[in-house]
Amino acid sequence: MTDSKYFTTTKKGEIFELKAELNSDKKEKKKEAVKKVIASMTVGKDVSALFPDVVNCMQTDNLELKKLVYLYLMNYAKSQPDMAIMAVNTFVKDCEDPNPLIRALAVRTMGCIRVDKITEYLCEPLRKCLKDEDPYVRKTAAVCVAKLHDINAQLVEDQGFLDTLKDLISDSNPMVVANAVAALSEIAESHPSSNLLDLNPQSINKLLTALNECTEWGQIFILDCLANYMPKDDREAQSICERVTPRLSHANSAVVLSAVKVLMKFMEMLSKDLDYYGTLLKKLAPPLVTLLSAEPELQYVALRNINLIVQKRPEILKHEMKVFFVKYNDPIYVKLEKLDIMIRLASQANIAQVLAELKEYATEVDVDFVRKAVRAIGRCAIKVEQSAERCVSTLLDLIQTKVNYVVQEAIVVIKDIFRKYPNKYESVIATLCENLDSLDEPEARAAMIWIVGEYAERIDNADELLESFLEGFHDESTQVQLQLLTAIVKLFLKKPTETQELVQQVLSLATQDSDNPDLRDRGYIYWRLLSTDPVAAKEVVLAEKPLISEETDLIEPTLLDELICYIGTLASVYHKPPSAFVEGVVHKSLPPRTVSSESVESPDAAPSGPAADQPSVIPTQGDLLGDLLNLDLGPPVTGPPMATVQMGAVDLLGGGLDILIGGGGGSSGTFTPAPGTTAPTNVGAPLDSGLGDLFDLTGGVGTLSGSYVAPKTVWLPAMKAKGLEISGTFSRQVGSISMDLVLTNKALQVMSDFAIQFNRNSFGLAPAAPLQVHAPLAPNQSVEISLPLNTVGSVMKMDPLNNLQVAVKNNIDVFYFSTLYPLHILFVEDGKMERQMFLATWKDIPNENETQFQIKECSLNADAVSSKLQGSNIFTIAKRNVEGQDMLYQSLKLTNGIWVLAELRIQPSNPSFTLSLKCRAPEVSQYIYQAYETILKN
Amino acid sequence: MWTTFVSCPFSPSLKMIHSLFLINCSGDIFLEKHWKSVVSQSVCDYFFEAQEKAIDVENVPPVISTPHHYLISIYRDKIFFVSVIQTEVPPLFVIEFLHRVADTFQDYFGECSETAIKDNVVIVYELLEEMLDNGFPLATESNILKELIKPPTILRSVVNSITGSSNVGDTLPTGQLSNIPWRRAGVKYTNNEAYFDVIEEIDAIIDKSGSTVFAEIQGVIDSCIKLSGMPDLSLSFMNPRLLDDVSFHPCIRFKRWESERVLSFIPPDGNFRLISYRVSSQNLVAIPVYVKHMISFKENTSSGRFDVTIGPKQNMGKTVEGVVMTVHMPKAVLNMNLSATQGSYTFDPVTKVLTWDVGKITPQKLPNLKGIVNLQSGAPKPEENPSLNIQFKIQQLAISGLKVNRLDMYGEKYKPFKGVKYITKAGKFQVRT
Repeated sequence: MTDSKYFTTTKKGEIFELKAELNSDKKEKKKEAVKKVIASMTVGKDVSALFPDVVNCMQTDNLELKKLVYLYLMNYAKSQPDMAIMAVNTFVKDCEDPNPLIRALAVRTMGCIRVDKITEYLCEPLRKCLKDEDPYVRKTAAVCVAKLHDINAQLVEDQGFLDTLKDLISDSNPMVVANAVAALSEIAESHPSSNLLDLNPQSINKLLTALNECTEWGQIFILDCLANYMPKDDREAQSICERVTPRLSHANSAVVLSAVKVLMKFMEMLSKDLDYYGTLLKKLAPPLVTLLSAEPELQYVALRNINLIVQKRPEILKHEMKVFFVKYNDPIYVKLEKLDIMIRLASQANIAQVLAELKEYATEVDVDFVRKAVRAIGRCAIKVEQSAERCVSTLLDLIQTKVNYVVQEAIVVIKDIFRKYPNKYESVIATLCENLDSLDEPEARAAMIWIVGEYAERIDNADELLESFLEGFHDESTQVQLQLLTAIVKLFLKKPTETQELVQQVLSLATQDSDNPDLRDRGYIYWRLLSTDPVAAKEVVLAEKPLISEETDLIEPTLLDELICYIGTLASVYHKPPSAFVEGVVHKSLPPRTVSSESVESPDAAPSGPAADQPSVIPTQGDLLGDLLNLDLGPPVTGPPMATVQMGAVDLLGGGLDILIGGGGGSSGTFTPAPGTTAPTNVGAPLDSGLGDLFDLTGGVGTLSGSYVAPKTVWLPAMKAKGLEISGTFSRQVGSISMDLVLTNKALQVMSDFAIQFNRNSFGLAPAAPLQVHAPLAPNQSVEISLPLNTVGSVMKMDPLNNLQVAVKNNIDVFYFSTLYPLHILFVEDGKMERQMFLATWKDIPNENETQFQIKECSLNADAVSSKLQGSNIFTIAKRNVEGQDMLYQSLKLTNGIWVLAELRIQPSNPSFTLSLKCRAPEVSQYIYQAYETILKN
Repeated sequence: MWTTFVSCPFSPSLKMIHSLFLINCSGDIFLEKHWKSVVSQSVCDYFFEAQEKAIDVENVPPVISTPHHYLISIYRDKIFFVSVIQTEVPPLFVIEFLHRVADTFQDYFGECSETAIKDNVVIVYELLEEMLDNGFPLATESNILKELIKPPTILRSVVNSITGSSNVGDTLPTGQLSNIPWRRAGVKYTNNEAYFDVIEEIDAIIDKSGSTVFAEIQGVIDSCIKLSGMPDLSLSFMNPRLLDDVSFHPCIRFKRWESERVLSFIPPDGNFRLISYRVSSQNLVAIPVYVKHMISFKENTSSGRFDVTIGPKQNMGKTVEGVVMTVHMPKAVLNMNLSATQGSYTFDPVTKVLTWDVGKITPQKLPNLKGIVNLQSGAPKPEENPSLNIQFKIQQLAISGLKVNRLDMYGEKYKPFKGVKYITKAGKFQVRT
């Protein structure tokens, strides 16, 4: 007697047979038939043709049959909307049933039927169920509001369901509270601007109380909701943390991770001197470790999150290295993640153990894992100086195994070790050279070539070795070709007498026979350099190399902070901000540290990790010198190597050579302007007329640090507002935004009782103070008012983005108008990005987020442009001259924390500028461009 | 805010678990359930692609992104539970839920297998519907589910077919909304019993030389409580300080534990896991067995030697039993010619897995397995050394030393029968060679 019998079919045709059975008089037969229909549904068969027959079975007092019919309805109602209406009456009736189970079932199922017509009928029953005496019905109804909102949001708002839902947060039953929170969170997510979850200390208190009593799933909803709250000071943060910590001992790992998220976020507000801070750190370690004893799928998600946590706060897990040791039967995705964390936690204290483990892993079966383990040994050497020697000898042992991929991987990392500790381990070169023939991967070949070139003077047959590579020059990958070119030039500079021929050969191969512009350009540069001034060439090519970074694959700090706010979500698994997944997501940020008694952080409390002290990264990817020396090839920097090559190529064009000669060696990391091409930017230089005008326009309010202010325009004509005319503009000075208004009374009566309100808007602009009109406005009188604004209002995405809807009230009426505000009033004063960060961010933002614009007919030169833009908080980070064009690299930051990076190309002869904008939220680009236009042309 | 201004510039978002597909090892989708609109089976193609890439079923990544969805899956009892997600959602939430679904099937049908699921497809469907509403977990406690949907029994199906009654409960489960949702009201037993099993598993990595690289104890206390009414229990330990990293069943009063180190709770009815805990401090984790091994492959002879002996360490006078050793031999191994002084061994030439079922270890005569390994002729000497995976059991011992002190019951008048059992097992216990 099993259900598998429902799968058997007859010859006559299944649907026909089922139809007959569904219409049978016998209850039992009917039920069996519906079960057969459901069975077909479970394997994806289309049984929608039976819709009317199944719906006919709905009116029954048999609960099981009812449930089965409901199951069917949910699946097929969408494809049969007219038929679905037939079911409405039964639903409405069931919503009144004395049995709460049936009431809940009906309202729940009705919400699942995604047919517009049904929604009208749903409202009344839903309203009743939201106020039902039985909490089971209320909690089901709460979720139903979210379902209805998904189908018809307007309806939900019009019917006032959202307010009812908000009231349910104060319900006496914790399960109802949890579901209300879940429903509100879901609605808020699809409607980011709404201020649905208006969290305040009182509501937070209610949530914390419900947290202790509701089910595990409810706890997750509540914790995720808590994480969005911004405590007002460190005391409140601490008290919330104290009430959340017991969740760390929950058996459900999702509860644990959500609790970790809340704690990691609020910890940011606590002073490191607090005893509680230390206690909290200690409490966080055990639950994280416990997650690793769960099922492998859970482990994987946990490890991805731990990876973020150890980057942010390495002190939490610094003593727990061993739990990340790999077991041979861990799934590969777990192994790779564990390895990553092991390296992050490696320190002088535990390096011996780590190294022993890594060596063990290097003999495992899985190739990907072995490679990563070998690489990890190299990273340990670079990170922990004391271990370098041991690491090198381990690597040499591994090379002796002659396992091809192990050898290649080892050579790649040894090259980095040479870079980090010059003149220390060169004795191993001989061993490396023995393996030259077995290298078939470009990265390993390039690394080997770099080593030979770098130590050419110590390798007797360096010329022979390099020559052997030269034979198949055109078959090599670009990486190897570039490397070979540089290595041979190095060799020539070191042993000029014997290698003249070789260098000629490689230069002609690179410049004449190659289609690759990177290679050609680099060849020409070397050629010119060598032919004009060999001494300078020596200084440049053999210049001392900058150090390489200790930590690799670090997540950029701003992104890391954002990701910490998303612990436990998909974003944390992919290490990408959710804006990369879901549109219209508001960026979250860690709360600032608002300590009531600010004190100096004690040195021992400061973490030694990446967040605290930046590693000494020198070679930036766009760095010209670094590129010439081929530093881009090997050092473990973030970002794909191909992009690096392309960036470098731009530098090499035109101006690059001048810089090379003018700037000389050693000045890496700075964009030395080529002499003669541009005048040095003089901050104190007299302002040109363009800037002068700007000050005229701003009139009395304009100060040196103020942004451009457009002249006032009429926003609300008198005829539309019963005689009140409003004109105005927006301005920004020293960090504060204001709306400068002129109110004119063109009516015949006196106006008074002015008030102003903004609708929700894209950037949360809101009046920071009430509209102050001191005396009543007599007819034909006008008054100028500067209304301070802030950006902490509620947010809703508008179209166009910079649209602001305003309501002004006076004693006569309320008037509405909308206006567009220039985006540059939102550019904040600290929008200057670190150069390193700029480069990293520029590469990090995908190319599809780049937008290009033309700014036509602008006759300013680069410096004037720079200073003009700076006045509006667009900061020039670097300026370069490439083939006679000036390239300005600029950054700006919006009040909501969105960074925009810009490249502005100015050709002296051409009045059109090209503006390329890159931003994680590309929808703002167009408005940024408008701001550029406005600023530059006024 | 004035509502007239509010426009609706949002796209519909479908949250949480959208659909679930159950897939067997040969790649057949044998069940699908959609909580929202129907998602085509073709979405599983992305999963199959990942599965193919992973080669081994265990290596399929749990989170897969596709152009329009995310697939979050677990692999349990030879079944992939693949859930379809459309927006940002906590993956742990989904994974935990999927495991809960598998647990529920196990609980209802005695096994979580394709046959069991197919045989009970209607109940499965009813369960899935009951467990998740609009992506929000609804009832996942076995106690509550069983009141809503009765588990199948042979007797019931016979009775149902005679009387026409159904296996769906028609009243609201009592525990559903109380502050103790895990317990139903009106529980009655003639024999009132409470059993606690303290089960400890040792996870360890032992290196070549026999020293411990890593060791920890994963402990659980599984309980079987059959007590009438609303008993309020408190369980205390001789040495509660051992437990500093504990996860609790929701029934446990955390405050009591924090202040008094006593487990105080109103238990669910039936079987459940009371706590799980971890003991990692190295000196507390005793390793009950040692392994002497000599595995070597000779260059150019297509053969190697294999010699393994297992012995007990001091175990407080308890016997180590149920010893099984499994070894994944390198690919180049063709066959093994071994002889065991005790137990029996098998070598599967396809999977290259050597299994030696040792049984009980008697310290007087240590079990040994030795002989010749035959390699593929011409193949190079294997680089990797196989790890030995050891399983064992020790009855009547919690290796951490954890001991239950007493169990007290309040709230009910009867005298329950109480019992505590201890057992230590090998978890992931690996010896490197």
